[in-house]
Amino acid sequence: MSSAPPLPRWADVGLLPIINLAIALVVSGLVVLAVGEDPHRAIDVMIRGAFFYEGSLGYTLYYTTNFIFTGLAVSVAFHALLFNIGGEGQAYIGGLGAGLVCLALDAVLPGVVLIPLAIAAAAGFGAGWALVPAWLQAYRGSHVVITTIMFNFIAAGVMVSLLAGPLIKPGQSSPTSRRFSGSAEIPDVQEVLGLVGIEVARSPLNLSFALAVAACVFVWLLIWHTRFGYAVRTLGHSPRAAAYAGIRIPRTIIAAMAISGGLAGLMAVNEVLGVQHRLLLNFTAGYGFTGIAVSLMGRNHPIGIVLASLLFGALYQGGSELDLEFQTITRDMLLVIQGLIILFSGALAWMLNPPLARLLASLAHRPREAPA
Amino acid sequence: MSELAFQILLTLDATLRLATPLIFCALAGLFSERSGIIDISLEGKLLGSAFAAGAVASVTGSVYLGLLAAVGASVSMSLVHGFACITHRGNQIISGLAVNILASGLTVTLGIALFQRGGQTPTLGPDERFQPIELPFADALAHVPLIGVVYDELMSGHKLLVYLAFLAVPLAALALTRTRFGLRLRAVGESPEAVDSAGVSVPWLRYRAVIVAGVLCGIAGAYLSTAHGAGFIREMSAGKGYIALAAMIFGKWQPWPALFACLLFGFLEAASSRLIGVELPIIGEAPTDLMLILPYVMTVVLLAGFFGRAEAPSALGTPYVKEH
Repeated sequence: MSSAPPLPRWADVGLLPIINLAIALVVSGLVVLAVGEDPHRAIDVMIRGAFFYEGSLGYTLYYTTNFIFTGLAVSVAFHALLFNIGGEGQAYIGGLGAGLVCLALDAVLPGVVLIPLAIAAAAGFGAGWALVPAWLQAYRGSHVVITTIMFNFIAAGVMVSLLAGPLIKPGQSSPTSRRFSGSAEIPDVQEVLGLVGIEVARSPLNLSFALAVAACVFVWLLIWHTRFGYAVRTLGHSPRAAAYAGIRIPRTIIAAMAISGGLAGLMAVNEVLGVQHRLLLNFTAGYGFTGIAVSLMGRNHPIGIVLASLLFGALYQGGSELDLEFQTITRDMLLVIQGLIILFSGALAWMLNPPLARLLASLAHRPREAPA
Repeated sequence: MSELAFQILLTLDATLRLATPLIFCALAGLFSERSGIIDISLEGKLLGSAFAAGAVASVTGSVYLGLLAAVGASVSMSLVHGFACITHRGNQIISGLAVNILASGLTVTLGIALFQRGGQTPTLGPDERFQPIELPFADALAHVPLIGVVYDELMSGHKLLVYLAFLAVPLAALALTRTRFGLRLRAVGESPEAVDSAGVSVPWLRYRAVIVAGVLCGIAGAYLSTAHGAGFIREMSAGKGYIALAAMIFGKWQPWPALFACLLFGFLEAASSRLIGVELPIIGEAPTDLMLILPYVMTVVLLAGFFGRAEAPSALGTPYVKEH
């Protein structure tokens, strides 16, 4: 195989991801067809379910909020060539941090103090949970992928034993904490808009969405406009060059992973402080893993991540509509779509790159070669 | 025989049953990773093949066709992983993750379409499952103190696949150290350039390695749904693929130590399920939730290099680009 010309930037950033996404969606459609349903109707139901039913847009944006946090988390680590697949566990432990603050202080502190404190705890606990794998990678050479996988399971075990033990609401058997007082609740968007006279349908969308947008700006500034971001990207491009340039690699690894874990921990702000108002099992529901797909689709850039989060938000909300409309396809179909997106936009990202580059190059040259 | 000793014997008996899928999966991971291909898709292959075995055994009524389907399903997932990582030099972790998530979604989606039971297969009948094998003279020896009891309770009465798992370990060790395929496979995981310059195809060797991994995971999956359980249940692999991955690393990418790790992790699971609600001296109620995370904690500690050192194959995770 002759080496292909480099792919133009617009095609690399715009065209190729769309083609890969399209392939993933077509294969998903074939799966729908294989189980005996109509893919057109499924898409129709999902689009209406994600955007047009009453309150559906709010739900879509609520899921989007989760994915922005977990997607940003994966991307920050990715810039340093670190694969943090521990977002799930970091978000889980982040929720524990936020929950502990609320359970301890919700009777004495007003919301304006309590909520920022709980948000800081979510980020801090998430960062802390990423710190051990980061330290092991930086100083002991243990692979961060394996250790973060292990830490996801450890987080799950710790949460089960805490929620079934010391944190359980007295007098009940299901492993859930007591509900936080009202001062710990992040206001819903419909309440806030209601204050200024705009009526919107009820949905779990809350002001955590604003925090997610702020996190995007933070990551953009951090990665592209600070000395630290420069160190992270240098390390990601070439660890040797980074070492030669005097960048302290272990410290950069640890800091990048801690920020990544902190962002993942913030996902719990949306779920625990914004929606559930208590600690419960498995509130992370796989959003941490979806963050990997989001980051891949979004090319590790905040703008791309917002777009990919919207896509996955719409898929999740539209997917829950499948349960109501179909006998045989359920929201498990989402996992199929998600797996295929990760496969085609991530693992097989290089499959179409050379042929597309050759095609574009030959299209670009054709006018000159054509006889006058 | 005292009650305590009998309880210990039953726990060890359960250990063998719980370790079986771990052993197959850990060996699968070992073959793949010794060739240089990271395999976090053990979990997905285990789940996918458990579904295939349960579904086909239920539809055809034959446990062996179920096993065949499980191996087929698992190998095809291996080939997807191989296509991405070997042919297209994709990121091996991303590819493994894709396989795992796909398996999660596809098993339930296909299960609902086929059986309309929320993703489960119907409960399998006797012909659709592996049956316990009584070793010769187990009954006769049952009353001989110690040896006879151990023989009857611990060693006899398991399903075929349990014995197969324990047979697979020496076979894998032999294959890796004494056969041409095994030696080349290990070489390709350490130094693919050397293998390539000896005129041996790196991609083909690695494809064979992931196919072997697929076969082993397929057997593990069939064990879950048609030997250990009586049908497929959604998410029935429940992290066992990852525990096996941990066991493989804990066993330093070698068959015998990996077997030891699988038995240890199997024992922790068996003991924790026996100890639920049991009051222990000094520490009070047994911390069974925490016992279940011990395999992961121990693997992290090992990876940290605090006891012994786990050295991964040196070309692990690096795609091979042939020079022109």
